[in-house]
Amino acid sequence: MSDAAMTVEEREANLKGIGCSRKRTEDARFIQGKGNYVDDLKLPGMLFGDFVRSPYGHARIKSIDASAALALPGVKAVLTAADLKPLNLHYMPTLAGDVQAVLAEDKVLFQNQEVAFVIAEDRYIAADAAELVEVDYEALPVLVDPFRSMDPDAPVLREDLAGKTEGAHGARRHHNHIFTWDVGDKEATDQAFAQAEVTIKELITYPRVHPAPMETCACVASMDKIRGELTVYGTFQAPHVVRTVASLLSTIPEHKIHVIAPDIGGGFGNKVGVYPGYVCSIVASIVLGVPVKWVEDRMENLSATAFARDYHMTAELAATRDGRITAIRAHVLADHGAFDACADPSKWPAGFFNICTGSYDVPTAYVAVDGVYTNKAPGGVAYRCSFRVTEAAYMIERAVDILAKKLAMDPVELRLKNFIQPHQFPYQSALGWEYDSGDYPTAMKKAMEATSYAALRAEQQERRAAFARGETRELMGIGVAFFTEIVGAGPTRNCDILGVGMFDSCEIRIHPTGAAIARLGTKSQGQAHETTYAQILATEIGIPADDIMIEEGNTDTAPYGLGTYGSRSTPVAGAAAARVGRKIRDKARKIAAHLLEVGEDDLEFEVDRFKVKGLPERQKNMKEIAWAAYNNVPEGLELGLEAVDYYDPPNMTYPFGAYICVVDIDADTGVTKVRRFYALDDCGTRINPMVIEGQVHGGLTEAFAIAMGQEIRYDEGGNVMGASFMDYFVPTAVETPVWETDHTVTPSPHHPIGAKGVGESPNVGGVPAFSNAVNDAFAHLDITHIQMPHDHWRTWKVCEKLGLVG
Amino acid sequence: MAKTQITLALNGRQVEALVEPRTLLIHFLREQMLLTGAHIGCETSHCGACTVDMDGKSVKSCTVFAVQAEGAQIATVEGLAAPDGTLHALQEGFAEMHGLQCGFCTPGMLMRAQRLLQENPDPSEAEIRMGISGNLCRCTGYQNIVKAIRYAADKMNAAQKEAAE
Ligand code: FES
Ligand code: FES
Repeated sequence: MSDAAMTVEEREANLKGIGCSRKRTEDARFIQGKGNYVDDLKLPGMLFGDFVRSPYGHARIKSIDASAALALPGVKAVLTAADLKPLNLHYMPTLAGDVQAVLAEDKVLFQNQEVAFVIAEDRYIAADAAELVEVDYEALPVLVDPFRSMDPDAPVLREDLAGKTEGAHGARRHHNHIFTWDVGDKEATDQAFAQAEVTIKELITYPRVHPAPMETCACVASMDKIRGELTVYGTFQAPHVVRTVASLLSTIPEHKIHVIAPDIGGGFGNKVGVYPGYVCSIVASIVLGVPVKWVEDRMENLSATAFARDYHMTAELAATRDGRITAIRAHVLADHGAFDACADPSKWPAGFFNICTGSYDVPTAYVAVDGVYTNKAPGGVAYRCSFRVTEAAYMIERAVDILAKKLAMDPVELRLKNFIQPHQFPYQSALGWEYDSGDYPTAMKKAMEATSYAALRAEQQERRAAFARGETRELMGIGVAFFTEIVGAGPTRNCDILGVGMFDSCEIRIHPTGAAIARLGTKSQGQAHETTYAQILATEIGIPADDIMIEEGNTDTAPYGLGTYGSRSTPVAGAAAARVGRKIRDKARKIAAHLLEVGEDDLEFEVDRFKVKGLPERQKNMKEIAWAAYNNVPEGLELGLEAVDYYDPPNMTYPFGAYICVVDIDADTGVTKVRRFYALDDCGTRINPMVIEGQVHGGLTEAFAIAMGQEIRYDEGGNVMGASFMDYFVPTAVETPVWETDHTVTPSPHHPIGAKGVGESPNVGGVPAFSNAVNDAFAHLDITHIQMPHDHWRTWKVCEKLGLVG
Repeated sequence: MAKTQITLALNGRQVEALVEPRTLLIHFLREQMLLTGAHIGCETSHCGACTVDMDGKSVKSCTVFAVQAEGAQIATVEGLAAPDGTLHALQEGFAEMHGLQCGFCTPGMLMRAQRLLQENPDPSEAEIRMGISGNLCRCTGYQNIVKAIRYAADKMNAAQKEAAE
């Protein structure tokens, strides 16, 4: 159909812009086996690296003998701390202001810690050789319980920090103390508690879990000694940061380092940090002058890179007898493992945990977090959530349910009573955030109607009576969670990573024919950026999304950005895309005015073209304008049609949602069936509903996994107990519930298109919804709080304790 | 290490190669045959990312030695589309129903699903879920994968019905 014959609606549909369930452009390669992941790379002469890892949780290294390994045909080198030390690379800085051993020098501090790096011709030989490296250890007392970390007689873990009384976040008061971070008005909070009519206090633990993306971490480092250039391909959620860190560590100038993140097989926070495998591969490639590949196996992934959570939260609520929350007080013991490698913005050692006042109008609050060392793997990443937000949401949503039980109030009624009201936005929280927008009561009520909440409660009453009469062996639980996320880090005035502000960027070049390439500083790991960014640009500029190619992950070509995690892509880089589109449109307007020989003010923009006001048949579409941009621009205007935008967000965005979960628990086996799960998300303006729904499905499935079974546990000897898919719960299609999704739309007032981000909301809201459902099944009995994960065995133990087992 | 010669049919093409006795089929496919569609997610036969079809059965190629494929018919995701490039109904279904996100599990899922539909051309939702329970996905929550497989079953059944009429 010729362009002129198309209606406005047809032209609009042709753009496939914001709001359209556009099919994904990235799918074509993935469904044909043509994705390009790091382990798919095969460079000429490439060698393969593998680690020798510690079998001990805490031990002194007495000697390392690599001679047998080096004698094995095909082995090229074995690196140990002694090799890295002269390069000052045996330790590397962490994002949290600590250092982490790249290869253990005198001591190992957690099981599976990296001790030596073997480089060989193929992965089989490397694995064989790793077995041949003889390490002599002397076992030391192991510290696994974070509650014992600061005991006076607790073993000293970090000898490298001896005498260091000042940490990255203030004074250290014990050899295993990392930091204390507090926020809020302690005095006013204590006073509110002293005067409270009702209080609750509970230790709510969020266990150590792991993001476990299907693709493990991997890299290929390739040093070109003649050019003095280093190329690193890797599973990097934040490739530009990796390049900066690599330059600082290696002293290779930043422009001579090329960091490339190809397709990534899921990240969920696992691929934010810099790991010893990357450093060792780079060093090995520099030393040997050939490319070196390192790919984690699953055991290494689960036990050595990037755990999440491990927050032990003592939560207190103060309230009036009729259910007004008057104060929140919380103390968190944060188990950071052997090195503080938390991936948080530099000034936020506990992330944005101070979002823990949740969706409620709480007059005063005080929170203190103590970070401590233990003999466990380092990490502390945000597993599909913004920094420590899921811990905060879990704490407040469990605590509100516990308060509801104490007050004998319905959990929804208590929430409705305490919600921040729509007219209070922008809302200043007691712990320092400015919530940008929200309409909580509407979302809560919509969720109640959709699930027939009142009828569910009535059914639960009947079922409880039937259980008491011995007519059923099932306990019904209804879990409600109402969460507020804080995403889109973040304003550079208070958010940075190693001193680089957390802005993000978009650059676009529109070619003469009107087709375009746009590059962004973020990096998709499955979130469909190639599809959705093009939609934002299509709507803003007026060229079809199908004509816009999106590229990310190559630090040579993409503008600098801080990467993808904490649901920041849409809030930050998506905003840069919208603004870049507006810059293009401004220039296009000048060109159109010139072509149509009218003033700029005489033009109006309509979908994909400029029209002369009052003379709509006089018009120039974006394709025509793009062509003119390369040969016929008004005097004084530069040729070409390109723009770049670096966006520093004025505030975070605050997505929210109402989730309701119904479970049936078999009291004799503890088996918990999820009967129903309803998720209402408000992520502001919806760019691609299909992609949003997919993100919600995936996030809820991860929440289900966390709440119902995931845990990276350590035994008393420091042995990690969950380091394979045999032991670590990843649900299959059989266990995974069916998800019902819904939404409301409350656009962000400060984001150029009103979008807020959604990828992580379902993880943040899902976990408390499941946990509240399981707890609610026992709410009529003598139990206040059951710790996660709610696997069958634990749930059965609760039944047994309550004398319910038949 | 001494190498053994193997001969097999790979996506319908006869292939001869030298492999070490301990070489796993997944490494043979990915590193020697340069077919990188099948992925490695665990190497312990839990995740299914490495699923390929061997003599009419789904196998996890991380737990099969290449020498065991001697004389076998092996099909990988690279052979799923028709030679003229027309996508298989499953490939189409996965794209239409948003059955993939990061794409890492997808080749294994597709190969498992094509075998499932050979075994059971008209599976219920529960049968699909059970049928792909050896394949893990961390991104999609499976709901759209189930829909994608159902889409393909419908399309294939309709085509068969048409052909029969
Ligand atoms: S890699 Fe073969 S099942 Fe996971
Ligand atoms: S799409 Fe990412 S693991 Fe399935």
